[in-house]
Amino acid sequence: MATVQVSEAEKVYILHGVRDDLRVDGRGCEDYRHMEIETDMVSNTDGSAKVTLGHTDVLVGVKAEMGKPRPMVPDEGYLEFFVDCSANATPEFEGRGGDELGMELSNTLYKVFNNRYSVDLKSLCISPGEHCWVLYVDVLLLQCDGNLFDAISVAIKAALFNTKIPKVHISEDEEGGKEIELSDDPYDCMRLNVENVPCIVTLCKVGHRHVVDATLQEKACSVASLIISVTHKGTVTCVRKVGGGSLDPESIFEMTETGKRVGKALHAPLMALLQEEESLGKKRQKVGFLG
Amino acid sequence: MRRLNLQKTENMAADMRLPTFRKQVSLSPSLSALDGKDLVVPGDVITSDTGFMRGHGTYMDEEKLTASVAGEVERVNKLVCVRPLRTRFNGEVGDVVVGRITEVQQKRWKVETNSRLDSVLLLSSVNLPGGELRRRSAEDELTMRDYLQEGDLISVSSDLTLTSNLGPFSFIAEVQSVFSDGALSLHTRSLKYGKLGQGVLVQLSPSLIKRQKTHFHNLPCGASIILGNNGFVWLYPAPGQQDEEAGGYYTSLEPVSLSDREVISRLRNCLLALGAHKVLLYDTSVLYCYESSLPHQIKDILKPEVMEEIVMVTRQKLVEQEG
Repeated sequence: MATVQVSEAEKVYILHGVRDDLRVDGRGCEDYRHMEIETDMVSNTDGSAKVTLGHTDVLVGVKAEMGKPRPMVPDEGYLEFFVDCSANATPEFEGRGGDELGMELSNTLYKVFNNRYSVDLKSLCISPGEHCWVLYVDVLLLQCDGNLFDAISVAIKAALFNTKIPKVHISEDEEGGKEIELSDDPYDCMRLNVENVPCIVTLCKVGHRHVVDATLQEKACSVASLIISVTHKGTVTCVRKVGGGSLDPESIFEMTETGKRVGKALHAPLMALLQEEESLGKKRQKVGFLG
Repeated sequence: MRRLNLQKTENMAADMRLPTFRKQVSLSPSLSALDGKDLVVPGDVITSDTGFMRGHGTYMDEEKLTASVAGEVERVNKLVCVRPLRTRFNGEVGDVVVGRITEVQQKRWKVETNSRLDSVLLLSSVNLPGGELRRRSAEDELTMRDYLQEGDLISVSSDLTLTSNLGPFSFIAEVQSVFSDGALSLHTRSLKYGKLGQGVLVQLSPSLIKRQKTHFHNLPCGASIILGNNGFVWLYPAPGQQDEEAGGYYTSLEPVSLSDREVISRLRNCLLALGAHKVLLYDTSVLYCYESSLPHQIKDILKPEVMEEIVMVTRQKLVEQEG
């Protein structure tokens, strides 16, 4: 993650502020920064989304390709994740600098999203044991200002909502072999049900309290963070601890409760916003990258 | 405004919205600041007349004087140069800057000041604790980290001739001189400069800071501000009854009161709003912005529509004040 240096006095100031529930930018411990979401802006993908959270900028593209299902689960498709930390985000990512962070992010995303409870993988099956849809989810970090996991998870949910997979017809030809036809109509496509897709909430322990959506300065003052993925019902699907410091069980319990509450509250406005964007249809003014 | 910590309702959910094009806040077309200014972009031909001397930001392209940066053309008699609108900090002698120590080296510190090169703060240019004036000994060299460490912030001033590079503490210093390679030499000779204590650093573009007689202001709203020429602005709680010298190396780690914190957070958000709309920063503009932001909650100031409204009101007040 990109790091900033803070002096001891600044750290003390931030710690006392968090203790009094007034962070440096005036937010409370559970408030997010201003978030902007836009979908369908990369034309050569099947679904895309761009999320701006404060100064963190994340772009997600989803491409659907046909592949062979995994041997253990022949009637399900699967997702593949790749996170690219571009040097645009911060000079630390130049060359191979961003690879380590990218690997860590990808592995966490696999755990969170690639299971049948989050995404309906059975709907990605075309013919059991032979063909299935593989969704390649590519994440591009454009700007890094703290709280990458949250922004990425919101972007993935929005991109999956926006994904249009072409409908496939399987017909048998004379010798009994299967023939796959994609329909010619570009609007004849199937959409994914993203109701159960979780959102990730990162909680950083600063002093004796924890904060949601930490900036880089607050991250420099914390030694341990907890990453929780929460569904719209408030169910916790994955918990992971990052950072070199230690967390005692009471803190973990408190942070999990906060994460559940905050995560549950993320889903409703997100889905409402995505539905609103969809209903605007062609009238929507595309802002893109130059807004 | 106090928030209730216990009641968490839907208001606490994230503020999500669809993006919109950011509008440039301007008062009216007739008052446009672009009247009479000669703006160029890289590649624009300034003049084909060969009688001019070319200055910074220009180059000769087949007998024609062309701009190499985007900015305003300045003509002084026969000298033509282009002053860029946005650039790294180019220090001049006497500038006051806020910098962060990045390295501790032999007899000097390297300071990051948002310029092309790191600036230099020599051991001989700082006040030793206790205010003594003596030759620096070998012992002083070994205990440099006791004075200023990596990450600390300082305020300094730049002097004549030395040009060197200085190091992350927040401290405030004066530019002593400019080295031949363009790096700045800083000094903290006066007691008002030195290591900075608790507060908030806001990083903005150097071209937004207005050059004034003094860069240290005690604002009437209850906080103090240091507008470094390099774009780094330091906000801190107003000093208490006794006049503590900023040049001291003892930083108070006592908790800052909640009301002071609110003032500082509000000022920080106002500075970011002014910076986003490219308003010149000096004590009056910051104060007007603070006053016009009072009806809003502190965390709402960074929302685009609230930012626009506040900056609009601030600009109007500034125009009225001038007129």
